[in-house]
Amino acid sequence: MTSIDANSAQGERDDAPVFQATPNEHKARSVEQVLKLGFLAVTLLLLIPAAGILAVLVIKGAPGLSWEFLTTKPTDNGAAGGISTALVGTVWMTGVALLFSLPLGVTAAIYLSEYARDNWLTRTINIAIVNLAGVPSIVHALFGIGAFVYFLEFGKSVLAAGCTLAVMTLPVVIVSTRESLQAVPRAFRDACWNMGATRWQTIWRIVLPNSGSGILTGLILVVCRAVGETAPIMFTGAVFFRQFYPNGVFDKSMALSYHLFSVSTHVKGVPEHIPYTVALTLILVVLSMNAVAIYFRMKLRGRKKW
Amino acid sequence: MQKTPSRMPAPRPTLASDRSQAWADALDKRDRAWGLDLAARLLVLLGGVSAILFIGAIFLFITTEGLEFMVNTMDLKALLFGTRWEPTVEPPEYGALPLIMGTVWITAVAMIIGVPLAFAAAVYVGEFARGRQREWLKIGIEVLAAIPSVVWGVIGLYVIKPLIEQTFGVPIGLNIFNAGIILGLMAAPIIATIAEDALKAVPESYREAAESLGATRWQVIWKVVLPHARPGLSAAVLLGVGRAFGETIAVLMASGHRLMIPGDVMDSAATLTATIAAELGEAAVGSDHYQVLFVLGLLLFLITFSVNLIADRIVRGRKAAQ
Amino acid sequence: MVATSPIAPTKTSQDVLLQVEGLSISYENKKALSGVNFEVRRNEIFGIIGPANSGKTSFLRALNRMDEFQHKMRVDGKITFAGRDVSTVRNLYALRRMIGVVFPLPVGLPLSIYDNVALAPRLRGVRNRADLDVIVERCLTRAALWDEVKDRLKSLGSLLSGGQQQRLTIARALSQDPELLLLDEFSIAVDPVTTMRIEEVLKSLRDEMTIVLVTNLVQQARRLADRTAFFLAGECVEVNETEPLFRGAKDQRTRDYLEGRFG
Repeated sequence: MTSIDANSAQGERDDAPVFQATPNEHKARSVEQVLKLGFLAVTLLLLIPAAGILAVLVIKGAPGLSWEFLTTKPTDNGAAGGISTALVGTVWMTGVALLFSLPLGVTAAIYLSEYARDNWLTRTINIAIVNLAGVPSIVHALFGIGAFVYFLEFGKSVLAAGCTLAVMTLPVVIVSTRESLQAVPRAFRDACWNMGATRWQTIWRIVLPNSGSGILTGLILVVCRAVGETAPIMFTGAVFFRQFYPNGVFDKSMALSYHLFSVSTHVKGVPEHIPYTVALTLILVVLSMNAVAIYFRMKLRGRKKW
Repeated sequence: MQKTPSRMPAPRPTLASDRSQAWADALDKRDRAWGLDLAARLLVLLGGVSAILFIGAIFLFITTEGLEFMVNTMDLKALLFGTRWEPTVEPPEYGALPLIMGTVWITAVAMIIGVPLAFAAAVYVGEFARGRQREWLKIGIEVLAAIPSVVWGVIGLYVIKPLIEQTFGVPIGLNIFNAGIILGLMAAPIIATIAEDALKAVPESYREAAESLGATRWQVIWKVVLPHARPGLSAAVLLGVGRAFGETIAVLMASGHRLMIPGDVMDSAATLTATIAAELGEAAVGSDHYQVLFVLGLLLFLITFSVNLIADRIVRGRKAAQ
Repeated sequence: MVATSPIAPTKTSQDVLLQVEGLSISYENKKALSGVNFEVRRNEIFGIIGPANSGKTSFLRALNRMDEFQHKMRVDGKITFAGRDVSTVRNLYALRRMIGVVFPLPVGLPLSIYDNVALAPRLRGVRNRADLDVIVERCLTRAALWDEVKDRLKSLGSLLSGGQQQRLTIARALSQDPELLLLDEFSIAVDPVTTMRIEEVLKSLRDEMTIVLVTNLVQQARRLADRTAFFLAGECVEVNETEPLFRGAKDQRTRDYLEGRFG
């Protein structure tokens, strides 16, 4: 890229070819190269810890990871045995979270994308969504205690923990669903409305079926967060040791994330590799869900429908 | 005009006038589709409003759980500025300043570490990286964001702690520095993502104008893109602060939980979030201790609410200006 | 040609499908139509010609009450359709079902071609597969598209070519079995040969429905329309039977436009 350089303009113009870089430009170029590499280095500095963490977990945790580990119940306050009750408890709580957050979130997203106008109500809803996402997890726990454990009298239970997780993950469903709803071109809706289809018929037949990717993304994100969060379930239904699987939604239960917390902090006599193995399990669940999400995103991007 | 049936094989059996009349009547009959549409409209409105309801509910429930304490016993000044947090001795002291300062120190360290990393990543991914490289970097950032906080806590306890003890010679490596590193890395993805959006929002025409004047890529970024994206970048930092501020479990595990006002980056400290988590299990339901924890929760809620509001204002101010 | 029917109240309301009185449309500050008056009779092809921005499209939007979706659009005056004031209709969806619209930009819905054309019948309650098959074939044939797609009715309508999508749009409009068919510059996206085929079809459809044809192609109006209106800058300058209008328009502006002095 040439520039009109004051030095070259006067004396050299007749002799030097116009598109050859001047010394100034060479210097600027190498400065830019250095800077570019510098930024890359810093970026990698950010990402290396992620790789490092995974490496540590795999190295130290993989030896203890086995099918038996995943399917045996824990013993000795969680210091020995497997993690099957924790896994099952997490599945239950995640299920409850999905049950409540998905329908509610999709409905809210439909409102925001298809019906809402640019007025104070819409602005307030958007502020509420951003705030709901930003509330500290312990505050969600406090809310869960007040609202689900005591007020609605669920008691400390899978249900209370799942509902707390649902409130926490609601914004995620709303945002990703809304994005994919809004990606459907307006022209399709116009064509349907002109034909006399009602707004709901249009949404049901055209808009919603073409927003599957957003809903799927929302679902996966909910699962990832529900599996990984500890504070919201700590006081609303998760217990640190139990020899039984949960007996219905009103029962307390172990959970994978809280189990990791316990064996890392306050349970005595835990063999050194256990925290790594449990952490590895947790990470594998989260990462495989993310991988599924990325896979679907790439696949859907290739399959264009319009 | 009346249509004679014999003229053409009419697809409709009725006379035009009869049909028109029937259809004209339909113009005023509200049929099932109409009713369903109205019901759907109400249902989704309810769904949309639910977000507001939940935020309001959170505020309501936290306030009511701590209400008695707030109304009767609490001295706001003592709570915010008192230097002794000893809820379990007799008489109990509820001075939250150590917790507040712990939060401030840890958040500050987290931002000092996280913001430069995040901005560099945002600049590189947004302005320099192309194609495959860019895809992989973005996936890397997503992976970083996906790591659960309890796993970060484990890393803080088992990896960073010994590293700090060896490198700096401190007796216990669970301190502000440890928690700051972790929080910085946890908050970086969200800062980077929002910063990248802010950089992307700078119109292409600005860049093209600068390039046509002969500026190098870096000059374009430094002189044109970054200044223009400043509001979005501030919002990114604010949201990062909010993220670091609100983190509970990782901090609980990595900060050492010492209830004193910190004086050094290598000191252990306690944050508001971690303290609530640590003590909630032990406090008797309904007791003063229990209630004051809810009051702390309310404080956290109000602070993050304000931070989010300000960040939102900044972003909308930028959008309005465009 | 006087209509007598026990249901019809007067001769006028039998003859006239659409009555426009004092219609004015404005968007915030801009005026699109000011005080337009005319009528459209049953089973005729009514042409509307005029340069761009004369308010033709705004008129169509106000007619099937699509202004409901555009909040900045203000409609004054009265449109009477099939004897009913359009602004007082209580079931707007029923109104829109009776009016088929074809806009200049083709839109193939992201459904199969079959489902594209079967959508309107399904919405009005037709469930029987055999009935739907008949309707789909008939509408696609009339839209001059059947031969090209009859072997791939399952493929996506949104992936057809532009010209095919426009014909698909016409097929969809026909599948509504409408009282009134509105065509807004339909031939922009369609090649001349296909345009000719569609024009033949429109002429034959006259017995089943009323057609309003908005067009930039003055000769197209001359070929198809029974009566024609000339719109200019939001005003309905002149309305007359087509031949008399073209041979000797009363208004100088009409004559200028028809002779191509401005476009």
